[in-house]
Amino acid sequence: MIQPPLRIVLAKIGFDGHDRGLRMVARMLRDAGCEVIYLGLRQTTENVVAVVEQEDADAVGLSMHNAQHLTLAPRMVAALRNADLEVPVILGGVIPDQDVAPLMDAGVAVILGPGSSAEKVVSAVRTAVASRS
Amino acid sequence: MHGTELLKGTTLSDRPDLEQDRRTWQDAYDRTPLRDVDFETMSGIPVDPVYGEGPNPGEYPFTRGIRPSMYRSRLWTMRMFAGFGTASDTNARFKEILRNGGTGLSTAFDMPTLMGRDSDHEWALGEVGRAGVAVDTLADMRDLFAGIDLGHVSTSMTINGPAHIIMAMYIALAEETSVERSSLSGTIQNDILKEYQAQKEYIFPPRPSMRLITDLIRFTATEMPRWHPVSVSGYHIREAGSNAQQELAFTLANGFAYVEAAVAAGLDIDDFAPRLSFFFNSHSDFFEEVGKFRAARRIWARWMKERYGAQDERSMLCRFHTQTAGVSLTAQQPEINVARVALQALAAVLGGSQSLHTDSFDEAMALPTEDAARIALRTQQIIAYETGVANVADPLGGSAYVEWMTDEIERRAEEIFAHLDQLGDGSILEGVYAGIDNGYFVGAIADSGYRFERAVNAGRRIVVGVNQFTEGDHPGDRNLLRIDPQVEVDQLKRLATVKQARNTAAVHAALSELAIDAAEPTANVMPATIRAVHALATEGEIVAALEAVFGTYEETAVM
Amino acid sequence: MKRDSVSPTDLLQVARSGNRHAVGRLLSLVEKGGTIADEVAATTHPLSGDARIIGITGPPGSGKSTLVSQLLKVITQAGLKPAVIAVDPSSPLTGGAILGDRVRIDATDTGTFIRSIATRGHAGGLALGVPGGVRVLDAVGYDPIIIETVGVGQVEVDVTATADTTIVVANPGTGDAVQANKAGLLEVADIFVVNKSDLAGADDARRDLELMLDLSHMTGQEDPTGRRPPIVMANSLDGSGSIELWSAIVAHGNHLVSTGQIKGRRAARARAELHSRAADRLLAALDQTIDSPAGRAIVDALQNKDISPTEASDQLIRPILRQD
Repeated sequence: MIQPPLRIVLAKIGFDGHDRGLRMVARMLRDAGCEVIYLGLRQTTENVVAVVEQEDADAVGLSMHNAQHLTLAPRMVAALRNADLEVPVILGGVIPDQDVAPLMDAGVAVILGPGSSAEKVVSAVRTAVASRS
Repeated sequence: MHGTELLKGTTLSDRPDLEQDRRTWQDAYDRTPLRDVDFETMSGIPVDPVYGEGPNPGEYPFTRGIRPSMYRSRLWTMRMFAGFGTASDTNARFKEILRNGGTGLSTAFDMPTLMGRDSDHEWALGEVGRAGVAVDTLADMRDLFAGIDLGHVSTSMTINGPAHIIMAMYIALAEETSVERSSLSGTIQNDILKEYQAQKEYIFPPRPSMRLITDLIRFTATEMPRWHPVSVSGYHIREAGSNAQQELAFTLANGFAYVEAAVAAGLDIDDFAPRLSFFFNSHSDFFEEVGKFRAARRIWARWMKERYGAQDERSMLCRFHTQTAGVSLTAQQPEINVARVALQALAAVLGGSQSLHTDSFDEAMALPTEDAARIALRTQQIIAYETGVANVADPLGGSAYVEWMTDEIERRAEEIFAHLDQLGDGSILEGVYAGIDNGYFVGAIADSGYRFERAVNAGRRIVVGVNQFTEGDHPGDRNLLRIDPQVEVDQLKRLATVKQARNTAAVHAALSELAIDAAEPTANVMPATIRAVHALATEGEIVAALEAVFGTYEETAVM
Repeated sequence: MKRDSVSPTDLLQVARSGNRHAVGRLLSLVEKGGTIADEVAATTHPLSGDARIIGITGPPGSGKSTLVSQLLKVITQAGLKPAVIAVDPSSPLTGGAILGDRVRIDATDTGTFIRSIATRGHAGGLALGVPGGVRVLDAVGYDPIIIETVGVGQVEVDVTATADTTIVVANPGTGDAVQANKAGLLEVADIFVVNKSDLAGADDARRDLELMLDLSHMTGQEDPTGRRPPIVMANSLDGSGSIELWSAIVAHGNHLVSTGQIKGRRAARARAELHSRAADRLLAALDQTIDSPAGRAIVDALQNKDISPTEASDQLIRPILRQD
């Protein structure tokens, strides 16, 4: 049987309004055959959790540009775990190299830097989904 | 200076009309004071202030520049954007910039401030003082400009949704330090339309937001003649993924929309249009950018004169600030961004910018470090003082390619204006509202961005260090600016202290007065807002009072 | 909850106890198709049949999502527990989709369960996930279930095959009524909404619709009971019209029951789903057969002109139709 398309929730949490990258990734994933549940701007972690439940999403993609990633990304990971959702969090945007290790330690599955190619984005999502526990 | 040598080697005497044009220009040029430098090449060859046939710089439709002498009189303002941490941190950076020869201050605010929320808002956690400075109350504004004479600096404030509140704080601070309102000089971005189209930092729905903007335009037109109340900004439209012609057309259309709104509010076009200014992006395609800048001046002049009936020539001048393209900076091999920035800055100068911000090479990864910001400023100084390009106005004018490019970009922009005009049934303002409502802008920008990205992905477009020439990157080995998390703690403490010490009854009284004025469409909200900030009402409280009247905008996400 | 390790029966039990992720999982299983979807259908079938099913459709930008948000408030205030299925088209080229509808529906006050479903290029137009998903939501206790689609195409007409009450949304000054008429939506609409009634031309849009309804009366396309679809004027910006819309939905529901039309509608729905399901299985079998060695031999024979096209198709489908 053909595998059903991957379903990915894409969101930006908090005030940060830079949605160019997120929109780009939405199109890349769509063109790779994924179903993208696009939430866009000004979401809360609670709302993302509710959407992941209802949509039975395979992954959550967040994008952060305002240096708030060290606070918000671990909070998203924790909120999903508290809701008993085994869903990888993929983080894109402006993430300095030094922050990669602490974010991975906090449970972020993949970090995609600016300028990541469509192939890289899609394969990172597929790998993260495939390797979830 | 070399004015008398102008006619040498030309055949102007054969063309009486051109000769007449050139004489008019020459008169204007001769009346303009010039910088005290030698206008000659580094090898000692004297050069003329302009070459080629008219229309000349400083003459309608201003394709070749807004002043007859261009940079011979005044170099562009080297305006560097700064803002991070607490107000005192930014204040220190401001003083550093002034010491280094910077000639204007430019303030970046943090996200909560830009969104009209206080530092203690639940969403603000992790964002306070991160991407800019946090300003909650007039007390923060005092710290931000401590020891700086507001009567003697030109300040640019990049804020939109709550712009009139920050403006009110700046005015209140001037009053506290006995600086006349009329002597305040600078620019507040206050361009809400592009927020719905690109940058997404909106608070209220478009129509009430437009009212706040016309209120500020009316206020500055009578009280603050040296202030630019709106900087119509294409920068963010380009950063969001648009192409050059969309950046130009959407920005100018937004400018037309502000003009229509202010005229509808009862202002005479020549009473405010001379104070409108623009803000463009300078991207990597060199001649396309130069053509875009030249087309911008020509289109604005023609529309202001022919469509809106401006009489004052100053209303027709498209003055603009330029910033190099942040989106073009790569996180891979970040050092090479210095070269990108230099070329983009050169395009901005050859395109006749009035002021320029050069990005720091490390901005793809974080806010710039002090060293990186210094290199960016030095890049402008090299262009200004070493390359000689400031000696001659519009040095690329007359090149067949550059003239064609200018015409072509203008033609493409006119197609977009025609679409908006039709959407709005003969009103650009209504067309822009309609385009916001139906997702036209957001969709068009996203399509262009994706198109470019796909070309990069497919290798049809080369981005050096990203999809070609990738050797030599040293990830992990970078010195980035880190914002101490203590900043957030300090700011919260400061806000709590201010709130505790103020007269709560006075705050509430000022806020209800403001709400009454807001509900009255013909009232101007500025005086009540100034009174509210004097009473130490927070930005968030003022926004909440206005939201109760105006409502809150939510985007209908269009892909 | 470990993925893929819980049986549909157990999932349903967890879902009925209020676990929304379990509901979400059941909906995914339905969308996945095949044996597992059959199991879910078998488990949920006996528990469903009570919920009101409302289809709502109209062109992009007509304000459906805001209208739905307002309607949800009225419905929850009436003490009901609504759910929404938002249908978006899949890309025919890549099979992917951007499901951007749910974010436009404001469910902050109502806590409504919302599920986005892509059409996944289903042969029958509307994804099988929709009737199957409706059954899951019904079995779990949601009522009413609102199905929202964008556009005025085949998918939208198919929604009406699933819904008890179909609402068609039009805007002033857009010629929506004409488009809806062309797409055949006029005949299937039980209620019309002229949304954005604050805009100029709202009365004209209403008149256009009335005119078309008059016309369908003259051509004998009207409801056999003589019921004429009401036209509700709504403004989703201030929420006006949403109470009237809900009253019209309830009235239509009562009309279906009192005239016995509800039976016919549900039979038509069962038939449509059965048709879709059977078509799916036949197509799958056909795909398999045509690419088997025997199938390829038939294709070769056809290409070599050894057999006629009719003979070829007969040979191809004979073993499929003979299957038990």
